Amino acid sequence: MATHPITLMINGKEQNSDVESRKLLVHYLRDDLGLTGTHIGCETSQCGACTVMLNGKAVKSCTVFAVQADGAELLTIEGIGKEGELHPIQEGFWEEHGLQCGFCTPGMIMSTYDLLQKNPNPDEHEIRHALHGNLCRCTGYQHIVKSIQYAAKKMQGAAAD
Amino acid sequence: MIPSEFDYVKAGSVKEALDLLKQHGDDAKVLAGGHSLIPLLKLRLASPAVLVDISGIKELSGVKAGDKSVTIGALTTHNDIEHDDSLKQSLPILAEAATLIGDPMVRNRGTFGGSLAHADPAGDWPAVALALDAKMHISGPNGERTVEANDFFVDILTSDVQAGELLTAIDLPVPSGNVGMSYQKFAHPASGYAVVGVAAVVTVEGGKCTNARVAVTGAGAKAVRLTAVEDALVGKELTDEHVAAAAEQAGDGIDYLGDIYASEDYRAHLVKVFAKRAVLAAAKNAK
Repeated sequence: MATHPITLMINGKEQNSDVESRKLLVHYLRDDLGLTGTHIGCETSQCGACTVMLNGKAVKSCTVFAVQADGAELLTIEGIGKEGELHPIQEGFWEEHGLQCGFCTPGMIMSTYDLLQKNPNPDEHEIRHALHGNLCRCTGYQHIVKSIQYAAKKMQGAAAD
Repeated sequence: MIPSEFDYVKAGSVKEALDLLKQHGDDAKVLAGGHSLIPLLKLRLASPAVLVDISGIKELSGVKAGDKSVTIGALTTHNDIEHDDSLKQSLPILAEAATLIGDPMVRNRGTFGGSLAHADPAGDWPAVALALDAKMHISGPNGERTVEANDFFVDILTSDVQAGELLTAIDLPVPSGNVGMSYQKFAHPASGYAVVGVAAVVTVEGGKCTNARVAVTGAGAKAVRLTAVEDALVGKELTDEHVAAAAEQAGDGIDYLGDIYASEDYRAHLVKVFAKRAVLAAAKNAK
């Protein structure tokens, strides 16, 4: 069994591990590190529940090997917001009822994070285009779009202060 | 879903990658963005003993704009192409097609060169590369060679990149004159792959089409030029009627794929519809 030493920054903390070549990043996060906020939905690169930020870009962690993330900076849902203090995107999903079962929500929030860092004031079409890789089977997306509009507004307000 | 066991090596340069490929022979596969390969590994449709990761080779990434052509490094991602301002000016069909590939996360990882070398019959880039008359730069144990797009796509999931070789960069000539281009795609509603996609590049001078390149993906085993459509367009004014008549020529020489979603007859119909749409959209962009 081929294993490799990897070093990465996860949510601002350095992490050193030995991983098997074939271990997927999502399994490394969930099984080795206990970061179970990143979900496994389809495991076939379609549903987006496993989305994390890898070197500043949203990726599907079921379609990246952990060893490929050696030297990378990673942000997962656990690194968004603080204990007792919601990130504006999380607050948007709370206020606008952007979830029902919540399974897709970590991925939705990470994709939103990627969108809003590139485009702080997206229109509805741009929001829907950015969510193309995230499936939700509960909400019909309408409330998710509203949640993101809420977050964008709140974050712009914070930036203006 | 866990792939069968393999070893992993990261190459720091093209030379190192070629040496590793030589060393491991048929046991090795090249890993770039991984968005075609990793799904195959997970389904165990491929089980190489070694993956040679080329994603860290800096010189293989990025867009270089020249006067008459642009060169796109094989590792340039779909997302990089989608948001490159110089390409939006020189070859707008690239951003138009890029935004239709997969989804944002797929576009953040998947690469231009990987997609071309993989030669998926439903991939978007092969049709665009054919319509833009791309030239592929390939490095191998015997040095470098260049292959025209017309000769690059060999068969289903088979490009001209041989075992032990690497696709390193793609040259795209920037056409001069009054040129319009467009990529129109009928996407599978679940997977997003092209059921049929048509790329068209037309030159219009004095109100008439003087040059046309039209290519289709998704219809058959590999992407091909629709030469009969091209011939029927040249010399004509690109009106709805003339373009519709030319699009009726689409399909000669295509051995249509059929599947549970789209039969051979349906694909044959779609090729004509999308050839017309792509040429009309291209003509509109030329004016």
